Amino acid sequence: MEPFVNFAGIVCPLDRANVDTDAIIPKQFLKSIKRTGFGPNLFDEWRYLDRGEPDQDCRQRPLNPDFVLNDPRYAGASILLARENFGCGSSREHAPWALMGQGFRVLIAPSFADIFFNNCFKNGILPIRLSGDLVDDLFKLAGGPEALRIAVDLVAQTLHLPTGRTIPFEVDAFRRHCLLEGLDDISLTLQHVEAIRAYEARRLAEAPWLFA
Amino acid sequence: MGARTLYDKLWDEHVVRYDDNGTALLYIDRQLVHEVTSPQAFEGLRLAGRKPWRAAANLAVPDHNVPTIERALGIVDPVSRLQVETLDANCAEFGITELRMGDPRQGIVHVIGPEQGFTLPGMTIVCGDSHTATHGALGALAFGIGTSEVEHVLATQCLLQRKSKTMLVELDGPVAPGVSAKDIVLAIIGQIGTAGGTDHVIEFAGEAIRDLTMEGRMTVCNMAIEAGARAGLIAVDQKTIDYVRGRPYAPSEALFEQAAAHWRTLVSDPGAHFDRVVTVSAASIRPQVSWGTSPEMVVPVDARVPDPAAEPDPVKAAGMRLALEYMGLTAGTPITEIRPDKVFIGSCTNGRIEDLRAAAAVAKGRRVAEGIRQALVVPGSGLVKAQAEAEGLDKIFIEAGFEWRDPGCSMCLAMNADRLEPGERCASTSNRNFEGRQGPRGRTHLVSPAMAAAAAVTGHFVDVRGL
Repeated sequence: MEPFVNFAGIVCPLDRANVDTDAIIPKQFLKSIKRTGFGPNLFDEWRYLDRGEPDQDCRQRPLNPDFVLNDPRYAGASILLARENFGCGSSREHAPWALMGQGFRVLIAPSFADIFFNNCFKNGILPIRLSGDLVDDLFKLAGGPEALRIAVDLVAQTLHLPTGRTIPFEVDAFRRHCLLEGLDDISLTLQHVEAIRAYEARRLAEAPWLFA
Repeated sequence: MGARTLYDKLWDEHVVRYDDNGTALLYIDRQLVHEVTSPQAFEGLRLAGRKPWRAAANLAVPDHNVPTIERALGIVDPVSRLQVETLDANCAEFGITELRMGDPRQGIVHVIGPEQGFTLPGMTIVCGDSHTATHGALGALAFGIGTSEVEHVLATQCLLQRKSKTMLVELDGPVAPGVSAKDIVLAIIGQIGTAGGTDHVIEFAGEAIRDLTMEGRMTVCNMAIEAGARAGLIAVDQKTIDYVRGRPYAPSEALFEQAAAHWRTLVSDPGAHFDRVVTVSAASIRPQVSWGTSPEMVVPVDARVPDPAAEPDPVKAAGMRLALEYMGLTAGTPITEIRPDKVFIGSCTNGRIEDLRAAAAVAKGRRVAEGIRQALVVPGSGLVKAQAEAEGLDKIFIEAGFEWRDPGCSMCLAMNADRLEPGERCASTSNRNFEGRQGPRGRTHLVSPAMAAAAAVTGHFVDVRGL
């Protein structure tokens, strides 16, 4: 995984609650056996006016001018602002793969669904939970005539607004460490081979049916 | 040790070690694998030169992409076919048991796990699929994970986890006759909301839960994820133990009594502390029908489509307006006036034998109504299908005008050819009414199997208890 580097980026405001992973990346694109190439199909049913199928040239497809991702103000956005329970539903990791493919590195919402939240960290995406009031403020700023540009500092755990305002955020210390270092969870776990073997030996003695 | 919840017990038994910051390395007893969320995990293993830690702890089956008709032709869609062939090749390469498409035991991953006895009480079970919550019905800690974690479990038999909070959802008595497990869980989600269980593991308890069969309990736990919970759990009782006995992967007789003695301890201790307790009035639950694009948008069948103008929260009201527009519905319309175009009976929520029996009881001697373009019955597994045929349920469905199909996920998520066309409305026994879930621009109403069959034979939603 690439280490997470502090950056400043444009905020794209997606103003709806309970955005599910079926909406983030519809099922017909899950047939791919790769991890990449999902970006052009991010929010496919909202983003395009025609019906999306795998292996289309998305540059030729008619865009939905009412969908926020197609608003020229938010071209090149790398921060997605959303409402409650973002990423609910299916466990598909294709959802963070698609967000990453489109260039999103940070997501801000009042709450995220559990599996999606985990999946983000495995892919170098930082999901940030802020209070509903703060998210409301950001929606107001991001919806103005000029795009809102926020600087994200994961080391200091702060967001910096152009108004000079600084917003602190919480992130699990271990996950922050893994993001900043770009660490691979599997290698970390394999440092504990002895502990896993010892656990298995103990369980085999006390609950042999688990290994039958 | 003080009084512990069922979740506390399952958690404590599976912690390999804690890090300094309190993150646990949690041992995973079993992993179920399907074709959609595994190819990138196997590729990761291959690139890193790793082998499965314990190949026998995994069981694979193709379910999302498989056709439910004309199987002899194979998978026609080349992209779907490649994904299933990739699973076959990966399982062969890494020595993982797979129930292939032609195997009589093939079926939906969350149906075959319990059916094969691969799911046992007290285990930790994961799968790259959110409906893994299903297996909690057997007193196992079971949850869905992403593909990176599928690879992590393959490589290490462990996951890095933080302990969830606990929520007790207690039904305060029995439900009325004719109210099914699906109605119970939809009513719970309607009450606590789709994010109501976020950061929690839910234990379902109370008389109405104890009264359910194992199949009904699986329906309830299956949809714990639709309440946002990490997992759903139901305490082990004699029904659980009787269900497991004699299944192919269950402990042999020599070990069974030892195992069962342990399983009987898998209940929350009296006085155990839950972070949140929700009481649900069981007697007030009526057959449910979802009207919107989130499972929390659900009402009893005798209600009307709700009015966003009456919703005080502006974000919620906006969501309701979008949902009504998408669903092509007007606030105030009686639910019983809504007419589906298609009916889907199946899925990991409601594709088990008891579900097919309930639907067949309604279909028997009746005909699919004029306005219904298609009514599909898709058994959850090959063994469910065989059992249903042995009981003559297939004939009842076919005589009533339903299509009798081969097992798979089918129109629950429409990755195969079974899907809604734009604008079509479906009475569906599946678990998600999200936009586009059953096909682009398709409209889903979540109901129980009996309610779906009742909608099929009358042409509109109706309280099945009055038929």
